[in-house]
Amino acid sequence: MILGRVRGCLTSTIHHPAMDGRRLLVVERLGPDGEPLDDSLIAVDLAGTGAGETVIVLDEGNGARQLLGEADLPVRSVVVGVVDEIDSAL
Amino acid sequence: MKLGRVIGTLVPAIVYDGLGGVPLLWVQPTDSLGRDRGAPMVCADGTRMAGPGETVYWEASREAALTLDPSYVPVDHAVVGIVDTLRDDEETT
Repeated sequence: MILGRVRGCLTSTIHHPAMDGRRLLVVERLGPDGEPLDDSLIAVDLAGTGAGETVIVLDEGNGARQLLGEADLPVRSVVVGVVDEIDSAL
Repeated sequence: MKLGRVIGTLVPAIVYDGLGGVPLLWVQPTDSLGRDRGAPMVCADGTRMAGPGETVYWEASREAALTLDPSYVPVDHAVVGIVDTLRDDEETT
């Protein structure tokens, strides 16, 4: 899974039918110092998160399809958790 | 999934069985502010409605082919949807 921060959300009218009603978030990856890396991805929100929150993103197709309950879902990235606190050993 | 901008369309001369009629797009990956990120790649258009200039979100690897029917086709990048609005709450900072 990936540690990331939610930057915002996106809307889309024309999309694959499996995306109907899914909330999509823009998530940027975080580096070891907790600062954003220059790398963002679009993930389906399952955790009810909003901009600025630190989240855990699953980035794997089988797990995503299992979570979203569709056998032929063209999705790999799903926000599966919200992080309250990170204790860094660095 | 990642963001990108459609920069062109392709017309294939010969395609694998199952890919007939599937539009192929040339897509430049971008970040959430629309800045180019990495090299352009060819995506199958799972929406069948995307065109040059549009911002899209695309999926890579095996999941890309799942946008198509039949889905057992040799595709590794596909457009899943066309972006209407993109709200980046850190854009103003």
